[in-house]
Order: sequence, then C-alpha cells, then structure tokens
Amino acid sequence: MATTPAAVAEFALRMGDNCLILGHRDSEWCGHSPALEEDIALANTALDHVGQAQLWLGLACEVEGRGNTADTLAFLRDTSGYRNLLLVEQPNGDFGRTIMRQFLFDAWHLPTLNALVNSSDKRIAEIAEKASKEVAYHLDRSTDLVVRLGDGTHESRTRMQAALDFLWPYTGEMFLGDALDDELEAAGVVPAPASLRPAWDQHVGRTLAEATLKAPDKSYAQKGGKRGVHSEHLGFILAEMQFLQRAYPGAKW
Amino acid sequence: MNVAVISRPRLNQIWSWLAEIPDPEIPVISLIDLGIIRDIAWRGDTLEVTVTPTYSGCPATGVINFEIERTLNEHGIEKLELKRQLSPAWTTAWISAEGREKLNAYGIAPPQEGTTACAGALKPLTVACPRCGSTKSERISQFGSTPCKAHYRCMECLEPFDYFKSI
Repeated sequence: MATTPAAVAEFALRMGDNCLILGHRDSEWCGHSPALEEDIALANTALDHVGQAQLWLGLACEVEGRGNTADTLAFLRDTSGYRNLLLVEQPNGDFGRTIMRQFLFDAWHLPTLNALVNSSDKRIAEIAEKASKEVAYHLDRSTDLVVRLGDGTHESRTRMQAALDFLWPYTGEMFLGDALDDELEAAGVVPAPASLRPAWDQHVGRTLAEATLKAPDKSYAQKGGKRGVHSEHLGFILAEMQFLQRAYPGAKW
Repeated sequence: MNVAVISRPRLNQIWSWLAEIPDPEIPVISLIDLGIIRDIAWRGDTLEVTVTPTYSGCPATGVINFEIERTLNEHGIEKLELKRQLSPAWTTAWISAEGREKLNAYGIAPPQEGTTACAGALKPLTVACPRCGSTKSERISQFGSTPCKAHYRCMECLEPFDYFKSI
C-alpha cells in the first residue's frame, strides 16, 4: 500500500518537533544546572536533539517540496503547526522534573527509533539509524539519574515522585495512534504507536522500582500535540525561540 | 595559488590532501583518521566527496565542509560536490589505529569498541588515564566537553580527562 508524501512529511514533523522542543527545553538549563557536569550533559543532549530535529525537518521539507527549509519550519510556524507531544513542551520545573521528563521520553524514543530502522522508507530508516546511537546514551544517562535521585535523599525522592505524578498524564499520548499512523503502519513505514508500549512499560517499570518510585495508577492521557492542539506553554517557547527570525526576517550569522 | 589543472588529480593524491585537514574540535587527528570521509569519486569534471556526520548536532560539521572545500580549491579542484551520507551511520570503529594513538597522546582516552550505550547499559568501563596510564579511573559524567566524549577522573594522578565514547 502506497503512502502519500504528505503523510511522510507529517510524520517527519512529529519526530522533528519532539526533538526540537525538547532540545529547546533542555537548552534552557545552559548555565543554570545544579552542577557543571550536569549543565554540560544537558547542553549536549540538547545539541543532539536539535541536530536530530534538523534531519527530520529537512526530510519533511524534501518530501513536501514547497521550498521550506528546516530553519523556516522551526522559526516560522505558529503553535498550531507544531506536532510535538505535550510531554516535551511541559515546563522544566526543577532539575528532577527535567530529568524525569527526559527519562519518560527517552524510554519511548529509543524503541521508536529502533523500530524505524526497519522502515520501508529508506530516508526515515537512515535518520533513525543515526539518531538511535545518540539516544541510547540519553536513555543510559536519564535512567541512571532517575535511580540515583529516586533512591536518594528524602528531598530528592520527594521531588522525583512529584515530577512523576505531574508528568504521568502526558505519557499516554506517545502510544495513541490516529489515521495517519494507521496509513503509515499499513505501508510498513512506521510501527503502530501501541506496539511500543510493552518495551516502554518494561523499562520504565523496572527503573521506577529500582528508584523506589511509584507510577500513578491513573491511565487518563492528555493529548492533542500530534495534531497541533497544544498546552499554553508552547507559545512561550516559540516566542523566545523564534524572536530573532520574527524581528529580523532572514537574519543569518 | 594559481594552478591550471590540465588533468584530474588522481584519487590517492586527493586522499592525501584530505588527510592533512585537522578535525576542528580535536586538531591532532585528521578527517581521514576520524573516518568521516566515506568516498571520493570523479563524475565528469566534478569531484564528489561523500561525508558522514559524527553526531547529528555536531557543530563542527559546517566547519569540516568548509575546510574540505577550501583545501581542495587550493589544490586546483574547482568543481566540487559534497554529499552527506547518513547510512551506514558513523561509528567510532572507523577511527584509525593511528588516530587512536594520537587521541591518547593528546589526553583523550580512545573509544573501546563494543561498549556502546545500552549494550553494556550502565556497566562501568575500565578506562586507562591518558596521562599516567592507570586504569583506576571513574566516570564523572556520560557527557563531556563535546557530545562525543564522556568525562572521567583518574584516581591515581587525580587529573580529569575526556574519554571518546564508543558509538
């Protein structure tokens, strides 16, 4: 079954926007982290994500063929044009919440990329192959920190549990498919979102147990990001991220 | 330099020119040592150079492309096409033996192949200190001064050092 270029472009936007927005959130820590090593690590993670966003958004432009570039997509779309998960746009909060958000995302991102390596679309498979190597390191690091901070002091454990409680309702969206996912899955381009759940449940469950943290038993999922319906936070991110290109259109350095 | 090119330079000559371009971040190793130039080929009178990025977001990528163009232009090659190749994805296994020695001499512990993330998830590696050679070292952070490096500390000579991560 053939897919339309529009569907592939839309999927590339979803992947790219997750990377771009989480990369931007991580970069907000630059110069503010609780320790120099963590500052550097978050900045490097941000760099990986922004690089991955360039690849995905570049693919979206290529497939669309409307003369966009990764830069015009990043800097000139409004909130309703963004396709990222609500999870990644949530405010950083304290360091614990930032690490928990990263962990919950990484635990989905890695199996997603590993599945996309087998995509019937060669361009998607190539980006996934590249990004998966970087994301494996992200997941190693966020898993390690969740355990250390969860199974840490009373203060760190309390903060990690609060972070988990806050972010949990935003995790369900990762596994909810829509008509676009169905179309692409039928053509062997992407895995069904729900099929990624067991690997995520297993890794997250094992890690939280080790971290002495407890996942809320609520299963309600906040959703909308994948179709451009966002929380109030995304507009503020874009206001900062896009300011320069809006104020000085076409500025280069 | 004003060289009139009558014939196309031979490929092994071009490889040796590229071997003189230092990596912008780690200038003791060349682009060839790093293994990121995947192919060079003549297509008519245009030279195609195939380059693969180390990390997706590596800020050195732009500088590397610029240096390749500048160097080859200086050697009289005017028609040049740089092709980006993502697959097979770059691996530290492509860093030459000579490159590994140069990294170590420069103070960066070279990558240990087969130790990529999640293969040996969270298991500590034994990394020898590039200064004193002691294997009593500990990891401070999975991410060091650049995405490709982790941050270690030698417990013997107490110096901090970078370890080039295996990917």
